[in-house]
Amino acid sequence: MISSGVMRVRRAVAGLAMAASGLALANPQPWQLNMPTGVTSISERVHGVHMLAFWVCVAIGVIVYGAMVYALFKFRKSRGAVPAKWSHNTTMELIWTTIPVIILVAMAWPATKLVVDMANVESSEMTVKITGYQWKWRYEYVEYFGKATPVNFVSTLDAESNRVRQTGSGLDPHSVQEGGENVYLLNVDKPLLLPVGVKVRFVITADDVIHSWWVPDLGWKQDAIPGLINGNWTRIDTAGTYRGQCAELCGKDHGFMPIVVKAVPKAEFEQWLATQESAAAAAKTAQAAPVATTATQG
Amino acid sequence: MAAVNPAISDIHADEHDHKPHGFLHRWLFTTNHKDIGTLYLVFSLTAFFIGGSFAMLIRAELFQPGLQLMQPEFFNQLTTMHGLIMIFGAIMPAFVGLANWMIPMMIGAPDMALPRMNNWSFWILPFAFLLLVMEVFLPGGGPQGGWTMYPPLALEGGANVAFMIFAIHLMGISSIMGAINIIATILNMRAPGMDLLKMPVFVWSWLITAFLLIMVMPVLAGAVTMLLTDKFFGTSFFHAAGGGDPVMFQHIFWFFGHPEVYIMILPAFGIISEIIPTFSRKPLFGYQAMVYSLASIAFLSCIVWAHHMFAVGMPLGGELFFMYGTMLIGIPTGVKVFNWVSTMWKGSITFETPMLFAIAFVVLFTIGGFSGVMCAIVPADFQYQDTYFVVAHFHYVLVTGALFGIMAAVYYWLPKWSGNMYSEKWGKIHFWSSVISVNVLFFPQHFVGLAGMPRRIPDYNVAFADFNMMSSIGGFWFGLSQFIFLGVIIHCVYYSRQRATAQVWEGARGLEWTLPSPAPYHSFSTPPVITDDMLAHGNVTH
Ligand code: HEM
Ligand SMILES: [Cu+2]
Ligand SMILES: [Cu+2]
Repeated sequence: MISSGVMRVRRAVAGLAMAASGLALANPQPWQLNMPTGVTSISERVHGVHMLAFWVCVAIGVIVYGAMVYALFKFRKSRGAVPAKWSHNTTMELIWTTIPVIILVAMAWPATKLVVDMANVESSEMTVKITGYQWKWRYEYVEYFGKATPVNFVSTLDAESNRVRQTGSGLDPHSVQEGGENVYLLNVDKPLLLPVGVKVRFVITADDVIHSWWVPDLGWKQDAIPGLINGNWTRIDTAGTYRGQCAELCGKDHGFMPIVVKAVPKAEFEQWLATQESAAAAAKTAQAAPVATTATQG
Repeated sequence: MAAVNPAISDIHADEHDHKPHGFLHRWLFTTNHKDIGTLYLVFSLTAFFIGGSFAMLIRAELFQPGLQLMQPEFFNQLTTMHGLIMIFGAIMPAFVGLANWMIPMMIGAPDMALPRMNNWSFWILPFAFLLLVMEVFLPGGGPQGGWTMYPPLALEGGANVAFMIFAIHLMGISSIMGAINIIATILNMRAPGMDLLKMPVFVWSWLITAFLLIMVMPVLAGAVTMLLTDKFFGTSFFHAAGGGDPVMFQHIFWFFGHPEVYIMILPAFGIISEIIPTFSRKPLFGYQAMVYSLASIAFLSCIVWAHHMFAVGMPLGGELFFMYGTMLIGIPTGVKVFNWVSTMWKGSITFETPMLFAIAFVVLFTIGGFSGVMCAIVPADFQYQDTYFVVAHFHYVLVTGALFGIMAAVYYWLPKWSGNMYSEKWGKIHFWSSVISVNVLFFPQHFVGLAGMPRRIPDYNVAFADFNMMSSIGGFWFGLSQFIFLGVIIHCVYYSRQRATAQVWEGARGLEWTLPSPAPYHSFSTPPVITDDMLAHGNVTH
């Protein structure tokens, strides 16, 4: 009891410290205050434009609120303030219309460059097709360095989270742990395995309603829309496990279709892909016979 | 000769004030702008408490991780209904109620231009609302697809889809009739001397809002009608399988939806522009800039809709256009904030409850504006979209913006309506309790959103637990605080023994303050003789 409480406090403190220092957080931490910097060059730049916008807002806030607080203290009737008669000042009005324009341009410039780069899926080295279903994801490894693969699987909420999340289960979400981390509602049976340092192109769609594929550490989300194919890309720099969730209301279990990306070294990935490929091939030959009989009978 | 008019209307009011007798006759058949205004306001307050009770249930379920109280299906009904009720039941009718009460009095008119339509546009509302709320009790429950009703999800509902759509049709008809009436009144019924560019800013804000309403409500009606035929008559507007496009709904919806959010804030801008000069005892800074910024915000609001859809996969050019357009809105919005602060500058400020709410509005709405500008930055919004960060954004602009504006207006004009002063002490208690709790409620939502918590989920990882608990505590506290508001209003109307003067507030300017308190049943039966000195903006030359 006590020790788990202490651990929780310790983790919270660690989370705060990391959040403050801007270190990459692979998963949401208790008391986390800010967006993760993530694990791709894109996610770092996203974090950058976010922080730029934030500090611009802080600066404007300090000026506006400062002036306001000053006015509220200085020009109180109870201090005998006598109201002035003026009601406009062209110089000031010009200043506070033009300066914001300049500030906005300064924010829009890096943002524009970033959007352009994010839209550039050229020269990708592998393609993964993501399909959203109520309430799970299918991942198809369409090609790897130009070579088509048959590997594909469905990824759903892990059994443990699923048991705990049932209404009135009485089970404690804090108990859902993996590798010393709480993974309640952020864990799946089969994670999406990706190689580190490879530019991955995603083609994203859905089969029933609209979903949205979001891993904060990759720096973006992209809607998965039935009848439409969206593109996006990533190149993960650091090996690790990165967790996210469906981000578009998609029905009753919208809160229960997490996304887990496991980034591993390229060699390890290739080995994994090879075993998956042979497993897929074996399954295909096993299926081939009965399928053929039904076909001739039909 | 400001003093003459109240006296005349006073006698007039006493002699034959034409109030119909009998409860039904008075309220059901009324064509009087004040009675209809009251009806709207009472309706809105009722909807506010109903929508609020839904929010309390949402916050109760989110109090801690794990599902303790309800099934996810019911949670989704709660969020959907909460959004629809607050927008169409609480905020919009409140502003129409304020328009009904105040516009004729502010422009020196006897009543609204189209009094029978006025009755009709109000009395549609309770029925629409009934259609909407009764869905929760239908087999299968209410709609679960969110207030934004995105297909294909929204079409997965049963009969409730039809109920919701007809409710929205009725509310749309009501809004359009209300808007026509307001435009007709402002353009035709101004007393001689009340030039357009001398009108109170509240009247200006409503004139512009009414045009927005007329423009976008039919668009919403079209969008939901297409949903209806897709669901029940086999069309495929939004079915990809039938050649339709689910994203098209989002474009049409937000073509309505973004102007709609400005429909819910422009009248509040107007209110704040009335209140701050009064309690600063100084004319509004930059009156014309205020009017032009209202107009340019309204214009820009029509060309930024797709900033709600940055993640749907628009072409690069589209993303950039909607980013730049949205960022531009920050400029006129900034002008308004700077002008409010400048109005206080070198004023002689007192802190009655309406002023407290107005100050809180300026501070907290601006926080919502800041997060709005952040959301405009496309790459950052790829992270923010559909998270609690956006939830925090729109509650800062809608609760501490629109709602605080409405509350400021109620405190400001209640003495004029009822003839009694409200309890300043309890008004202030209501204010402080609300303003603290609302920040405990919504500020932590920025953090969980940035940390990765999606919106519209009934349960979450334990990392989000602490801030969610804080948010829930703030929520219950804010909810309870609103009973103080109710108490203050009831006390003021029925029990307060402190009579209000005609002027009510020392620094108040404008025609409504030349009428006695309570205002006579018919406002200005004969047009007042207006001199520029009587008006808040009578001598504006720039
Ligand atoms: C400076 C002015 C503003 C800017 C730049 C701005 C910008 C934005 C943006 C970009 C979004 C989309 C965020 C996303 O979904 O990722 C958004 C959402 C929203 N905004 Fe604002 N906004 C502003 C003011 C307002 C005002 C005044 C209101 C209403 C009173 C408002 C109400 C909303 C609502 C309700 C949503 C969310 C709708 C939904 O998805 O359910 N905003 N805003
Ligand atoms: Cu989903
Ligand atoms: Cu918008």
